[in-house]
Amino acid sequence: MRQPLLRLDGLTKAYPGVLANDNVSFEIGIGQMHALLGENGAGKSTLVKMIYGLVKPDKGQMVLRDLPYAPAQPSEARKNGVAMVFQHFSLFDALDVAENVALGMENPPAMRDLAKRIRDVSEEYGLPLDPNRLVGDLSAGERQRVEIVRCLLQDPKLLIMDEPTSVLTPQEVEILFRTLRQLSSEGTAILYISHKLEEIRALCDEATILRGGKKVATCDPREKSARELAELMVGQILTPPERAAKPRGDVLLSVENLSLKSNNPFGTSLKDISFQLHAGEVLGIAGVAGNGQDELLLMLSGEIPSPSGQVKLKSQPIGQLGPNARRVRGLVTAPEERLGHAAAPDMSLTANALLSGAARKGLVKNGFIDWKKTDTFAREIIAKFDVRTPGSHVLARALSGGNLQKFVIGREIELAPDVIVVNQPTWGVDASAAAFIRQALLDLASAGAGVLVISQDLDELLEVADSFAALNEGRLTPVRPAKGLTVEEIGLMMGGAHDMHPAHEVAE
Amino acid sequence: MILGSINPAVLMAALMVAATPILLAAIGELVVEKSGVLNLGVEGMMIMGACLGFIVAVNTGSPFLGFVGAAFAGMALSLLFALLTQALMTNQVASGLALTLFGLGLSALLGQRYVGITPPRTPKLDLGPLSDIPFLGRAIFSHDIMVYLTIALVAAVWWFLKYSRAGMILRAVGENHDAAHALGYHVKRVRVLAIMFGGACAGLGGAYLSLIRVPQWTEGMTVGAGWIALALVVFASWRPWRAMAGAYLFGGIVVLQLNLQAAGVKIPVEYLSMSPYLITIAVLVFISSGKARGSSNAPGSLNRPFHASS
Repeated sequence: MRQPLLRLDGLTKAYPGVLANDNVSFEIGIGQMHALLGENGAGKSTLVKMIYGLVKPDKGQMVLRDLPYAPAQPSEARKNGVAMVFQHFSLFDALDVAENVALGMENPPAMRDLAKRIRDVSEEYGLPLDPNRLVGDLSAGERQRVEIVRCLLQDPKLLIMDEPTSVLTPQEVEILFRTLRQLSSEGTAILYISHKLEEIRALCDEATILRGGKKVATCDPREKSARELAELMVGQILTPPERAAKPRGDVLLSVENLSLKSNNPFGTSLKDISFQLHAGEVLGIAGVAGNGQDELLLMLSGEIPSPSGQVKLKSQPIGQLGPNARRVRGLVTAPEERLGHAAAPDMSLTANALLSGAARKGLVKNGFIDWKKTDTFAREIIAKFDVRTPGSHVLARALSGGNLQKFVIGREIELAPDVIVVNQPTWGVDASAAAFIRQALLDLASAGAGVLVISQDLDELLEVADSFAALNEGRLTPVRPAKGLTVEEIGLMMGGAHDMHPAHEVAE
Repeated sequence: MILGSINPAVLMAALMVAATPILLAAIGELVVEKSGVLNLGVEGMMIMGACLGFIVAVNTGSPFLGFVGAAFAGMALSLLFALLTQALMTNQVASGLALTLFGLGLSALLGQRYVGITPPRTPKLDLGPLSDIPFLGRAIFSHDIMVYLTIALVAAVWWFLKYSRAGMILRAVGENHDAAHALGYHVKRVRVLAIMFGGACAGLGGAYLSLIRVPQWTEGMTVGAGWIALALVVFASWRPWRAMAGAYLFGGIVVLQLNLQAAGVKIPVEYLSMSPYLITIAVLVFISSGKARGSSNAPGSLNRPFHASS
């Protein structure tokens, strides 16, 4: 056993209605790579927020290097050598790299010295960064470098990483791992939060698994299979989705040489996009966040109009049509952002069912809403897609992420579309709900619809897709059959490692 | 105001005086908005400053104390806004509008007995030989101290936002309050302080109207100066020097059109009266739409309520 760096002893934290952490205890050794595993809502975030001083535990103690450790705020944690790389929410778009780094430091040096140190440290660890660039203009991978460099400048003893690879290409992940291994060999402990099991098996030497706020196991992840780990996380046996093989049919949706400017100043414009979607086909589109996924969805949903002839549904041009006109013709979409885009948070499920269902389901007559029919429709979705809610009158925001996602996807599927476009269908959804949603999409394809899945989760795409393409800086690669593609090839399609170098090539 | 021909030195001098109250209010609101809060109560805080500043100055005989009182009056009203929006999480737009209506009403009540009185005179700052320079002396170096303090304040705010750590934290809070919170900054504390600063500045701007520019107290005497200050902040793309240029442009056209009115130019008075608003906004829209990022320079968390989720 290594020398312990941080010991957690019986940490408990309750929120109204939920016990986020229930008597969690484990140890992290000096220089250890410790994984924290668990589904969404298992209590991982609350636990690391306690370590980082953002949340105070109700009960329990922490001991850091044999001294009691109870940070009242993050600055205290940072003073004690605890640093954290956030999954999101910790960079400022309109500020430059150096300012972003300075904001995460206790006593930053003068800006000019800081810029130099950022250059030095980022080169040393193979994460090149220009201190003067605006963070809003950086790619997802570069943004993460900013977070990591911010931590490294403070010479941390414990580095907490919250889902660090969710926005990286496989090649970028490899480079990140090399950086982490280098840090670990220099004595920095790493607490690595993820639900990607293969990564953890490749990287970590100990894993603590949380389920429902409780610790269910501590184990050596290299000695367990990914499946065993998953079952520990979920607490039940998982069945991968199945589908009946079917020859693909006619072209349902086609896009030809379409370029489209993003409507968001920090967005990515689409460049010369072409693809075809056939009946019965599941087309998976991979890509790191911010490479044009949102724009692609908006273009297909009709929220951004495009030149008329370049987007065709069943050979009819639809580029100039709005979302409802497209729904009537058989093209439905489910965007990534559940609250506020796919569903109106402060409206009931019934009202939300109406919003996209009105056009295809005949829920509006002579300008009046047929509430009875609408409510029946909402109840159908709830029953068929196993949405756990007290009833259809509940506000959308009151549902958990997984349940709302089941509702949103279910709503679109129930419209019996010819083509469905979904973006990140299982983002932030627990494993059983994710499996359910994937199965529903596959069933829809088996019934002869065309399914377009935009996702950043490669495992998901490999599970459901027949054919495969990737978005990289607004360009779409040619579509390839998914069968036989390796993760390496996919990584290259996603743009490879952009401009990162492995740590040692630079250091040596 | 001179009749007939227009003297450029006098015009310049009058322009600086006309611009100062708007600039004061605008620079305060700029800081507030940079912290991510939209306070539409500028007009209300200005009129409260105008009223209270006037009352204090008349009763103490000291314009200086009048200005101090005005700053506190504006700040007190802004604290009410801070309480509503930061502690009680009310809607910022509605609270700001209510603040304006409240300020207008309360000042009318408090100022009832002060209508028609002349306040103590604010002396011109003695700049010695500078005031004797031809043209410039008359145009720039013959003002009261508030004109210069306002310019100094613009410079200070610019420096604060650009170079100081506290200013960087303030921008960070306004840009992304969730991230600022995650890094351990006190979002609400920063915002309350910014709101108070904005209130004090608006109060000073109001007092400048009632003590120097007009100088008299009449009900509703700010006549939209607070709104033009709000517009200036937006069209100046949240940049202090640009806000100052906008305020001077506005002041210049106000003075010019008054001169033109007096000179009897054959343009209907209504058009002349509306021209400062139209021209200022047109020019600033033109400037801010030019650069790609200029128009989208708004703080990311502007007008979004912050509630710590953990």
